[in-house]
Amino acid sequence: MITTISRDTLVSIALLVFCGFLIWAGFQIRDPQFGELSPAAWPKAVSYVLTFFCLIYLAQSLMADKRKEVGSDESVHADASDMNPGFFGWLQYYANPIICFAVYFLFLFSLPYLGTLIGGIALVFTLMSVLGGIQPRQIGLHLLISVITVGAMWALFTFGLRVLLPRGVLIPGI
Amino acid sequence: MIIENISAAVTELATLQTLFLMTIGATAGLIAGAIPGFTIAMAVVLTLPFTFGMDASQGIATMIGVYVGGLSGGLMSGILIGIPGTPSSVATTFDGFPMARKGEPGFALGLGVWSSFFGGIISTVLLVTVAPQLAKVGLEFQPWDYFALIFFALTVTASLAGENMIKGLIAGALGLVMACVGEDDINGVKRFDFGSEYLGEGFAFLPVLIGLFAFSQLMKDIRDRSGARKALSDMQAVNIRIEHKRAIKAIFKRWINVLRSSIIGVFTGVLPAAGSSISNILAYDQAKKAVSDPENFGKGHIDGIIAPESANNATAGGALITMMALGIPGDVITAVMLGALLIHDVVPSPSFITEEPTIAYGIFIAFFFANFLVLGLQSVALRAFVQVTRVRMYVLASVILVYCGIGVFSLNNIVSDMWTLAVFGVIGYVMRNLGFPLAPMILGVVLGPIAERWLSRSLALSTEVSEFFTHPWSLFFITVSVFSIFFNVYQRDRGTKLWTLAYAPAFLFALIVPLVMMGGVVRPALAVVLFGLGVHFAVRNYSAYRAMAT
Repeated sequence: MITTISRDTLVSIALLVFCGFLIWAGFQIRDPQFGELSPAAWPKAVSYVLTFFCLIYLAQSLMADKRKEVGSDESVHADASDMNPGFFGWLQYYANPIICFAVYFLFLFSLPYLGTLIGGIALVFTLMSVLGGIQPRQIGLHLLISVITVGAMWALFTFGLRVLLPRGVLIPGI
Repeated sequence: MIIENISAAVTELATLQTLFLMTIGATAGLIAGAIPGFTIAMAVVLTLPFTFGMDASQGIATMIGVYVGGLSGGLMSGILIGIPGTPSSVATTFDGFPMARKGEPGFALGLGVWSSFFGGIISTVLLVTVAPQLAKVGLEFQPWDYFALIFFALTVTASLAGENMIKGLIAGALGLVMACVGEDDINGVKRFDFGSEYLGEGFAFLPVLIGLFAFSQLMKDIRDRSGARKALSDMQAVNIRIEHKRAIKAIFKRWINVLRSSIIGVFTGVLPAAGSSISNILAYDQAKKAVSDPENFGKGHIDGIIAPESANNATAGGALITMMALGIPGDVITAVMLGALLIHDVVPSPSFITEEPTIAYGIFIAFFFANFLVLGLQSVALRAFVQVTRVRMYVLASVILVYCGIGVFSLNNIVSDMWTLAVFGVIGYVMRNLGFPLAPMILGVVLGPIAERWLSRSLALSTEVSEFFTHPWSLFFITVSVFSIFFNVYQRDRGTKLWTLAYAPAFLFALIVPLVMMGGVVRPALAVVLFGLGVHFAVRNYSAYRAMAT
């Protein structure tokens, strides 16, 4: 009996749930009864193909789990990483990307208020301080780099390429 | 006619502004290619927002400058610090770095620079001669054939995912699903929108591409805290003179290696998904087999630098052949270029070269000129490269993240594209970490709508599914697709499982049918050759089968 479930098995199950959702959504697409190919046909076909591949993936993962259980397949033990066990180990391992994504989404939420220039400077400064450290000397350097690089980019796009970048309500001009 | 087209393209490109943009592009490509962790695709993707404001020829010329620069730039870090700047320079490091450590970095760089140049020139010649001919073949294609061609491109891309073929196939199918979101092109009906206005608009291709590829790559680069805080290399200064004369003499003595490697490069580039990361290793391997002293490979052998550098630059020409002649992007870089052309309402197809001669010949000329430009810029880029390597990864990543956002916004001037970028950045990062290759997904996103369009046209002409098997080109692509799906399993089991003995003869025999169906003289003659080869393999493998069975 299989007692451990690998990451691949979990991913394949999650993908199959997603496929089920897609197939259901495929049946919700309106059919205008016009043309040989209904608007739902292609998305449905693609969803079935994806489901088929995910089923193969699940079968492969289950077989690998079984081999692991029996201990006959050494290769399944070979992917041990330097990550500490448990949820906190996972969080620690992926701390940098998680923080970056969170800060980036925060930047997008604040864009209507701060605008591209201020928001961009704040984003670069925060990212550099989080990723590079917050010693006093570094803070000054990070601020300088943020102002120069984002300022240059903003000027280039606004005046050089004539793109009207998003402006914030905080300082309406920029 | 050709002369007229060339002169029109030269007139279009020979402006100070275009030359300046190409120079900037080539320099940026050289530097980006030299930085380990930055791929050429990422450099081309990041250039894209700047090209929105340019006309089509100018934009593509700039991107070609970056592309050729990136291919050549990878050799600098490979030779000087032993870390290939891009996957396309992996094999250059095998002999380039040992030669540099022996005290000949200038000669090693010279060999790399000039081999890249000659590879690029040979590739240009093949691009100019082969692309129009292939486009003529493409004009024979009917909707069924186009659909089968796209099916072929997707299966080959997925099968090249190696051990993770099923993950490659899933990634490709996920790309097709993502391309379905939003209004469909044919009937204007919203699909997979779940009542959301954002989803109803669909995902713009370029924010998806930049998110999946560039954003997730940056996250991967800064994942390790200590690695993110380190400078890219501890190199302080270099005082190296590239030995041009000596390198040219050495290359001329080994012209067969240059020619062979360039042809390998072009051929690899023509195949969907098989890019310069494969061609440089293939060419290195062939060069090693061809020399009299293979035991010296890996110790600073001249042929070990010439082969991969000629091949990787030549691959660009091959990839452009497929994009220009058939309108099918073979890899991420040509997918970006295709996206750039579509922004300017230029749709590559078999009639592209005849309908848009100025842009098509502009691509030929830009590719040719970019090789000279890169050759001249190598010495300048070498100094800039040393400066860039002192920058810490987290600084570069932070600045580029903001640039990605601003660049994506400038595409349609809508903030929702920035959200798409971030969302697909997360998806790309998760997929990378779960071992899913991203190239099939990107090609799925690009090719999905094209495939649906051709399927719709096929069904409008006939609802018979058998049409896909009765049209010779369609049957040809379906046959190759089926065999490409099993190619990975074949490679894994070759020599150990009996069924693998039947693979090569079966493949050759299967190709005979569509070739004979095509008619004419050349193709049936080719079918006869394939039949002969098939019989040869079958007889040879039958002997092996009897030996294995006993």
